[in-house]
Amino acid sequence: MTAMQKLLQLPVNAVNMVKTVQSQVQGQEEDKSPVLTPDSGQQAWYSALQPDELRHLRSGGTGGGGGGGGDQEERAPLEEGGGGGGFQTQPLRHDDLKEMLDSNKDSLKLEAMKRIVAMIARGKNASDLFPAVVKNVACKNIEVKKLVYVYLVRYAEEQQDLALLSISTFQRGLKDPNQLIRASALRVLSSIRVTIIVPIMMLAIKEAASDMSPYVRKTAAHAIPKLYSLDPEQKDQLIEVIEKLLADKTTLVAGSVVMAFEEVCPERIDLIHKNYRKLCNLLIDVEEWGQVVIINMLTRYARTQFLNPNINESLLEEGGSGDKTFYGSDEDEDEDEEEKEKKAEAAAMAKRKPYVMDPDHRLLLRNTKPLLQSRNAAVVMAVAQLYFHLAPKAEVGVIAKALVRLLRSHSEVQYVVLQNVATMSIKRRGMFEPYLKSFYIRSTDPTQIKVLKLEVLTNLANETNISTILREFQTYIKSMDKDFVAATIQAIGRCATNISEVRDTCLNGLVQLLSNRDELVVAESVVVIKKLLQMQPEKHSDIIKHMAKLTDNIQVPMARASILWLIGEYCEHVPKIAPDVLRKMAKSFTNEEDIVKLQIINLAAKLYLTNSKQTKLLTQYVLNLAKYDQNYDIRDRARFIRQLIVPTEKSGALSKYAKKLFLALKPAPILESPFKDRDHFQLGSLSHLLNAKAGGYQELPDWPEAAPDPSVRNVEVPEWTKCSSREKRKEKKVEKPFYTDSEGESGPTESADSESDSASGSESSSGSEESGSGSESEESKEASESEEEEEEEEEEQKKKKKKDLKKPVQESESEQSSEEEERKHQRKSKPRKSESESESDEDEESESESSQSESEDSESEAEVKKKKKVQTRTAEPKPPPKPLKKESKKEKKEMSLLDLDDFEPAPSPQVTPVNTFLSNSLVTDLEGLSLSDSVLSPATIAPSSTLKSYELLHRITGEGLSVEYCFSRQPFSPDANMVAVQMQFTNNASSDTKNLHIEDVKLQSGMRVKEFPEIELLPAGETATAVMGIDFCDSTQAANFQLCTHTRKFFVSIQPPVGELMRPVFLTENEFKKEQGQLMGMNEITEKLTLDVKCRNEHAIVQRVTTAANLSRVPCGSDKECRFAGRTVTSGSLVLVTVATKEEGAAQLTVNCEKMVIGTMLVKDILQALTQ
Amino acid sequence: MIHSLFLINHLGDIFLEKHWKSVISRSVCDYFFEAREKAVDPENVPPVLQTPHHYLISIYRGKLFFLSVIQTEVPPLFVIEFLHRVADTFQDYFGGCSESVISDNVVIVYELLEEMLDNGFPLATESNVLKEMIRPPNILRSVVNTLTGTTVSAEIQGVIEACVKLSGMPDLTMSFMNPRLLDDVSFHPCVRFRRWESERILSFIPPDGNFTLMTYHISSQNLVAIPVYVKQSISFFEAGSCGRLDITIGPKQTMGKTVEDLKVTVHMPKAVLNANLTASQGNYTYDFTTKLLVWDIGKLNPQKLPNLRGSLSMQTGVPNPEENPSLNIDLKIQQLAISGLKVSRLDMYGETYKPFKGVKYVTKAGKFQVRT
Repeated sequence: MTAMQKLLQLPVNAVNMVKTVQSQVQGQEEDKSPVLTPDSGQQAWYSALQPDELRHLRSGGTGGGGGGGGDQEERAPLEEGGGGGGFQTQPLRHDDLKEMLDSNKDSLKLEAMKRIVAMIARGKNASDLFPAVVKNVACKNIEVKKLVYVYLVRYAEEQQDLALLSISTFQRGLKDPNQLIRASALRVLSSIRVTIIVPIMMLAIKEAASDMSPYVRKTAAHAIPKLYSLDPEQKDQLIEVIEKLLADKTTLVAGSVVMAFEEVCPERIDLIHKNYRKLCNLLIDVEEWGQVVIINMLTRYARTQFLNPNINESLLEEGGSGDKTFYGSDEDEDEDEEEKEKKAEAAAMAKRKPYVMDPDHRLLLRNTKPLLQSRNAAVVMAVAQLYFHLAPKAEVGVIAKALVRLLRSHSEVQYVVLQNVATMSIKRRGMFEPYLKSFYIRSTDPTQIKVLKLEVLTNLANETNISTILREFQTYIKSMDKDFVAATIQAIGRCATNISEVRDTCLNGLVQLLSNRDELVVAESVVVIKKLLQMQPEKHSDIIKHMAKLTDNIQVPMARASILWLIGEYCEHVPKIAPDVLRKMAKSFTNEEDIVKLQIINLAAKLYLTNSKQTKLLTQYVLNLAKYDQNYDIRDRARFIRQLIVPTEKSGALSKYAKKLFLALKPAPILESPFKDRDHFQLGSLSHLLNAKAGGYQELPDWPEAAPDPSVRNVEVPEWTKCSSREKRKEKKVEKPFYTDSEGESGPTESADSESDSASGSESSSGSEESGSGSESEESKEASESEEEEEEEEEEQKKKKKKDLKKPVQESESEQSSEEEERKHQRKSKPRKSESESESDEDEESESESSQSESEDSESEAEVKKKKKVQTRTAEPKPPPKPLKKESKKEKKEMSLLDLDDFEPAPSPQVTPVNTFLSNSLVTDLEGLSLSDSVLSPATIAPSSTLKSYELLHRITGEGLSVEYCFSRQPFSPDANMVAVQMQFTNNASSDTKNLHIEDVKLQSGMRVKEFPEIELLPAGETATAVMGIDFCDSTQAANFQLCTHTRKFFVSIQPPVGELMRPVFLTENEFKKEQGQLMGMNEITEKLTLDVKCRNEHAIVQRVTTAANLSRVPCGSDKECRFAGRTVTSGSLVLVTVATKEEGAAQLTVNCEKMVIGTMLVKDILQALTQ
Repeated sequence: MIHSLFLINHLGDIFLEKHWKSVISRSVCDYFFEAREKAVDPENVPPVLQTPHHYLISIYRGKLFFLSVIQTEVPPLFVIEFLHRVADTFQDYFGGCSESVISDNVVIVYELLEEMLDNGFPLATESNVLKEMIRPPNILRSVVNTLTGTTVSAEIQGVIEACVKLSGMPDLTMSFMNPRLLDDVSFHPCVRFRRWESERILSFIPPDGNFTLMTYHISSQNLVAIPVYVKQSISFFEAGSCGRLDITIGPKQTMGKTVEDLKVTVHMPKAVLNANLTASQGNYTYDFTTKLLVWDIGKLNPQKLPNLRGSLSMQTGVPNPEENPSLNIDLKIQQLAISGLKVSRLDMYGETYKPFKGVKYVTKAGKFQVRT
């Protein structure tokens, strides 16, 4: 009968069984004599389970009888376990229980179930109650039901057929509207280990995997390994479900599904590609246990997909260690050479191709780092192993502190952590050196912890700290825990071998220990001394002499034996003493312990071979004594040695080689850590701890030689960001070798180590480059074709510039940016003009100002034209940076040289605001990627074309000097926490203004200002621009300072509108919702409003909001909602804005921000922007 | 992952078992008992044992072993951490974690275990998720500083334990007067990590009941002021087979606060048979089977320093111990956080009622050993 056929028959059977059970219930009730009931009206299937008296007879029987034949094997241990007098009364109790279960009262049922569960907990068999319990599976009372489930899961495997009775209840439960009931039904159903229901389980899992409730989906993920262990043939179908669940976007499911993945199909690493970035980003919000599983899995994943960040260093390292293998045989050396060549080649390759960390690799490292602060030791360990296996060497150090923290936890935790630290400290000693004292041993530590700490201390020992460590060791030697003392002596021995400076000190210390009373200590010391002396015996004949003297005092047999061995082995170094020792020993031979006697024979033999003149008689005497010893071992040895060393006519060819046999050079033992090379196991794993592969262990793969295609991780994104950023980027790199070349100088090693937030390194440079272009096109949202052309032109120029190598890179860059600023400026003023024409209320500025700006416009246009001309003449030197531009045009030749000197060494703030858009900020790589994605869809990103200018200094009060400022919305590259303020100085006076600079800055606490570089000369009628940075500390407090010229000082102040205190960030719709969900309550401000008539379409809303605040648009499915996101510049708090439109211009504005003051002010500003 | 769990008392009886996958016979524990025999102290049982078919990972808590059976590769810390979480949950539920307590509540224990693991994988481990509780608007928190120090090295580590009983979804922020002191911290998952990174403010929506909000470590540059000093002399004489012991404890840098619950524990060498001592304050006991001398002093009176002196009788014929035992000192100082860490304020957002707030500072000796 196949499983399916059985299944089809099930309903009939089940119905019958239920009937019988019911009839019996009735019978019992009528009978009202529970004690007698088991005997009355028994059915065939039922008799197999009952009554208890029968159990004794049946135990050990076949157990196959009847449909519900219980597993009899289970009974045998049970009867022992039951133990005590309670067992005798049990049969009766079971009848009680059955009666209670059959009653109508829930309270009685509950009481019975509680007692049954208590039996299970104590390991007593309760399987005979199965039929009585299983009926209650449909019980309405939740408490009873829960306990029935507990019972069912425990015994279903033993009573498969009966268990089928419950299935229909669960199937009903799977359809329940309540998600908790659905989940619990699936949980129990999948826990019932009955093979017949595999198809039902499969179906249930598949359905639950697409359930609306994430909790049910999580349960489905949990059910997958259960089904897999029940029937491995379902693997393929289960993998489909796993694939589906892996795509799930909730944190609740993520951990569970990865666990299922690890148990069912850990080899299918390809399933992870598409979900990699999502998993990285979700990680911090996943529950702790899921984090552990995900991190471990991602470690393996990263090892298959990314390049070794330490490629250059590890090659060097290995090259170094190659020299160390001189212990090996000659053949090995040949191989080594070949290997070395290979390595050298590889190294050369690596040098040619500088290592660039994959942004996804970086993403993983960055997103796991905060978890080092987790309270869960397993999570911390998981992150630590991830860093150890994946991070560039320079970054691994961060894990040390967290691991040391775990050492203050429970001793079991310490035990595991220390094992891992021991392995790590061999590879990366420097990492733990600052925490040396944390590994000091307390007398209350359990021995195993002590030994591990000792191991770590030994690994950490070096020339500088060895004296401290040895002093510490001296304390340990006095400990009462003798195993620990022995381990300490071993440790001293290892320190002595590793650090030649202290070898003598250690030896002397150990020699002193030889007089210790404790046999173990002495034996251990002698053994260690022996090992140390073997390394360079010729140097230490005095120690051997000293030890020879000790034979008079030391009584510990093991120590005596070791000393004798030493003297025998190095008898040539102590030619005078050795025979004398033998003489003494011969005297006391009969009183010695066996091991000592054996060594006396050895000593005698060796001396006979080297110095037969003096010792011939002594040897014969000893051998004669041994010949009559009680111990047969000693007698045998004596006979054997006599044959070997004393030549007789019978003795064969062997005696010729006696000297070779006895005095062969014995190799010095290598004292090395048992933890050496244990890191080929993934750290933190059970296999690592046992130093043996545990079942189900997944090998940590080696790094690939070349990185597999990274585009597999690209996720298909909604229409608006369809274009692959990666390809774009590559193109750009090809287009602009300019950047890569200049950065390339910083070299491969640096780039390998560079952190994302450091501006150096090719990774960040490429990021900045891309974002630079991003912000550029953001600016030019109007996207006029002419501008694009301009850009191309620029590109060409750059190339030309590159050829024209006379100019240093920085200058050309700065110059370019200043050009850009200028263009921007021009652009900015244009729309303003047009706006003021169309909308009168927008025109807030004073008349004089607008007229001024108009004149300015024409002026700057002219300027640009001029400049273009200049640019096209490539042979000519480039005009110098902005502030002095006018001047430089007039006196080009001389000034350009001068500028070089002035501006080269200290790049001014206005240099490169565009190019380093992201490099300093904390925006993640991923965000960086998506930013560039969104660049290609101008509609999604807010236009910031209309920058508002504010007056800083009026022409009249400024005595001819007028200053305007605007918030350029560019990141301020010298300090990411500052808001860039672009100032435009116009000299309307008839005389030149000199030495324009800032003085006497008065700020609220916490605020900071980065001044613009002094403008030396502003000729009459000219205009200059400069950028300064202000850190407003996320407040709208004004920054007050004095603007000074060579003649005057003006008190001025800059007060930012709240919208300028933020910078745009890119969020996806989901991220937005998630973040918004976390910023509820006090952090949320909602206002109703009526939109201005001109502002009823999406475009207008977007434009007005982004004008009011420096935010970026968040893509959104619905056209009724516009969302915007940003972060405050100083603290990086999220600012989320939602404008939901309704009919007839009604709308609702929601602002979510942790900083409530900013939120409130922002609401006011946006409200105004949208209603007017 | 975790296949089965056995709870074993100090006598080696299995008094509870729970299986999450198919049943494993309790005979698997024999390997553990073997290792338990070998180790003299229960603390010395290796937490991870290998048997032919299974791996046994155990923890020792409250004189009980929590022994889990594992079949395949799993991070050992994962299991250890989980077992401790189980013990913590029992502690939280029943106020203790002894055999009698567990046996008395076996059904609840079983239900808890059922919820905490599904197929051997942790499911719900948060106390507040497992627990339904009444939530009066009341919050009390205490900063417990644990001081660990010897003359060799001293460090301060501390925890902030919170007891929150607030209804609704209160969003709390807690700030410190001197967050710079904190060197290394770890948080309860409810704490918003980014906020801490940027502002050094603990911002969180608390779970209900008792939980550990944060543990921290004070940077080692700050010198630890050890609150007491100890003058001791312990000597053993070869001739008379006896020894002398003299211990005095005095206050040092207590900042005017009283040192309480002062206790000195000495693990005597095997040869010490009995102690005949007089304590100027408090009581002393000497257990000659465990060789543990415990001197319970209580409050430290700065005017009259507590002193314990007298003679030790030694086993004759046994050589004198070459090492003097080290002294373990326990103490507690109320109203003082020796780290100097101070809570500046605690604010609640998201709910309108006014909560009761309180903070309690306590300093405790962690593993304070005086080497002699």
